[in-house]
Parts: sequence; structure tokens; C-alpha cells
Amino acid sequence: MNNIKISVKNLNIYYGNFLALKDITLDIPEKSITAIIGPSGCGKSTFLRALNRMNELLPNVRTEGEVILDGQNIYNDDVDLVSLRRKVGMVFQRPNPFPKSIFENVAFGLRIQGIKNREQIEEIVELSLRRAALWDEVKDKLHKSALELSGGQQQRLCIARALAVQPEVILMDEPASALDPIATLRIEDLMRELKEEYTIVIVTHNMQQAARVSDFTAFFLTDDNRAGMLIEYGRTSEIFTMPKDPRTEGYITGRYG
Amino acid sequence: MVNPRHIFDEELRNLRADLLRMGTLAREAVDKSIKALINRDTNLAEEVIVGDDIIDKMDLDIEMKCMELIARQQPMARDLRTIGTILKTITDLERIADHAVDIAKIVKILADQPPLKPYIDIPRMCELSLSMLDDALKSFVSEDTELAKKMCERDDLVDALYNQVFRELLTYMMEDPKAVVRALYLIFVARFLERVADHATNVGERVIYMVTGVLKELNV
Repeated sequence: MNNIKISVKNLNIYYGNFLALKDITLDIPEKSITAIIGPSGCGKSTFLRALNRMNELLPNVRTEGEVILDGQNIYNDDVDLVSLRRKVGMVFQRPNPFPKSIFENVAFGLRIQGIKNREQIEEIVELSLRRAALWDEVKDKLHKSALELSGGQQQRLCIARALAVQPEVILMDEPASALDPIATLRIEDLMRELKEEYTIVIVTHNMQQAARVSDFTAFFLTDDNRAGMLIEYGRTSEIFTMPKDPRTEGYITGRYG
Repeated sequence: MVNPRHIFDEELRNLRADLLRMGTLAREAVDKSIKALINRDTNLAEEVIVGDDIIDKMDLDIEMKCMELIARQQPMARDLRTIGTILKTITDLERIADHAVDIAKIVKILADQPPLKPYIDIPRMCELSLSMLDDALKSFVSEDTELAKKMCERDDLVDALYNQVFRELLTYMMEDPKAVVRALYLIFVARFLERVADHATNVGERVIYMVTGVLKELNV
């Protein structure tokens, strides 16, 4: 197993009085892909958003426990949220490019950071687009609107945008659910390339996708009070061939949840 | 709530039933081939040879059904292990039936020649090997890993009997050159029965894998 990048300890998340995630403890290894699977409403996305404190953008959310990233609890008071979210980037379900040019979409985060050097920005934009396996398709139309791209290209653009600010962790919430099968496989292929340098955590409804792409799989399920719990966590190769918990078995064989 | 996998469950049940039917036919083929040997019954031997086509066809049919289920249903965990077990097991069963055919062909050859000796150890080998196959199939149906383990242990007895038959027939050959051909054919028969027991052991190993997820050789 690789070194631990993120160590989640006894994480509880409440929406108002409702306990949405209960006592999650989980270590995420660096430079690998960890998939979170489970039925709707089991807290997968809530868990993912807890890894860069995105839940705080919602009202009435309370978080207990620790999320230790490179040895530091990201819930400490002195943590700078901007640099945390730069270090832990996110890609969403629907491709959400800004209504700007392809180039400006990728350069956006750099401009926010105050980088003004034109050459430096061009260099990082190209590198990010290359890493997102999009460069060859867009290099001749960098100043056209990002909205003219196909859905799959838009999603890879969003990945390039996330890569531009040099994150270490990339969170992906159903990144391929709005894409056709070929575009989906391209995203998965890209994820495999990216894990050489980044730690990836993906939430997916698509079990076959989790089985195809991830190194580790965590299965979440709700308890009787609808609080999301971690049921089983392990190597993907084992979870999908010989899960230990009968509830995991029930879910991945399609008989439960 | 209705089990959302009920169609798949039914297909898997049918597949298991198909495997069992194939196993029963392979078992009968071996049993008949040894009966044909003992009774010098060439008609029965011919029946075994002709009947093998059905078993060969079942082998292909079951394999195709497994492949289709994998492609269309994306089985996971125990479902996947069950289908993997069926895929491997049909090969063992098909081989067992082939050995029955091998024996039946020898029966036809030996029918023209005077008997070499009364059969004692070969029927015992047959009985033991088939009891192993019976238990292997039973353990598949009942998912009984203990039965599968115990069954595999009997492979040593079959091996011991094979060595005994081999040594005995070797003596016949050394005493009388005219006995060589018949004795050699009988050694082949014993060898085929020993292989039947090996294939039964494989089935037992797969049953344990299907139930527990642990894959290991039980008798090497």
C-alpha cells in the first residue's frame, strides 16, 4: 500500500440535527484511485465534499472528527480554505466550464492566484490540457468558447482547469455520469494516467466503473436512521471478487440497495 | 421488495442445474465403461462412445451461457465466483467423459482377446473415483466445503490403487510376453480412472473457491 495521503478519523457530518455521515474512519493512499460506492443517499458526495471542506458552502452543516491531509487536520481553525481547495481540487458530475474561451477556462485559477506572466500562464495551460488528454483536440481553437466542446471534452477541460492550479488530490463526483460510454472510458483512461502524480477519490454510482478504474473501494450504506456508514473498505480486486461483509455482497451483486 | 436480480438468479440456477446434469452424464459414462470392461460388453462400450457427443455439446452450451451471463449481467463477488467455478468445472467433467470414451475403446479392443485376469482393483478404483465425483457434485449443490475437502483426501487412495495395479500388471508382462498388450491396455484403464479422481479433486477445489473465495490445491 502507498503512503497515506488523507486520513479520515471518526468523521460525523450533520445537516442541522440530521446525522448524514456517522463515524467514518478511512485512510486514502496517495497516488492511487479510491472509489466510494453505495446507494443514493448514503453520504458518498457528503463524504467527498468533506475532504476539501466544500460542505461548509451549504447552510447548517456541522462536521466533527478529523480529516488529516499530509499530517494536518484540514478542520483546524488556522487552515486557509483557498489554499486547501487549491491543493484538493474537484470535478463535478455535469461538466461546468465557464462561458469563456477554452484557454481562459484553464487560466482562470492562475489569474485568481495573481499570476500575470503571459508566458507562464500559456505554459501551464498547455501542460494542463496535455495532462487532461485534451491538447491535441483543442490546440488550434484555444480562443473559441468552451461551450462549443462536446460533453466529454468539456469534462476533460474541467479536469485541466483543476490541474492548472497544481493540486495534489482530485475529488471527482460522478465525473462520467453525464457522458456517453466512449467519453466515459476516456475519462477513466485519463484517471489512470493522472494517478501517477495525483491522489484521486471518485464517487460513482456505476459499480463497473469503480471495478474498472479504482485501486481501493469503500462501500457506504445508511443505517436505520438514514445515517451514512462505511461498511467495508479494501482493495478493489478483493471487494469485487470476495467482499467480507454480506451487505457489500448484496449491493455489488445487485440484490440490495 | 422484489429481488431486482431475480431473472439473473434464475439463469444462474439453470446453469447450476445444467452443470449437474452434465456431471451425472459424465459419471454414468465412466460407470458404464467399466461395466462394459468387466462384462466384455461391446454394445455398452459403443453406447459410451456415442453418448459422448451429448456431453461435448453440453460443455460448449454451458460455456456460451456463462460467457453471455458475464457479458450481459456483469456478475460480481459470489456470482462471479460461481460462474468461474462452472466454467472451470465443465472442462473437468468433459475430460472425465473423454476418459470414459478412452476406456470404452479399449473394451472394444480387448473383446477379441482372452481375458488376462479377473478384475479386482480396477472396479475398486472406479468405485472410489466415482464416489469422489459424486461428493464433488454434491458439495457443489449443497455448497458444502467440508464434504469437498474430505472428498479430495480420497485421491491418495486412488493413487495407491493405481500403483498397485501398475506393479501387478508389470509382473504379468514380465512373466508372459503374450500378456503385454492386454496388460498395457489395462494399465491405461487404471490410469484413466486415476485421472477421473484428479478431475474430481479439481471440482472440489473449485467448490471451495466458489464458497470461500480461497483458491488452493487440495491434493498435489
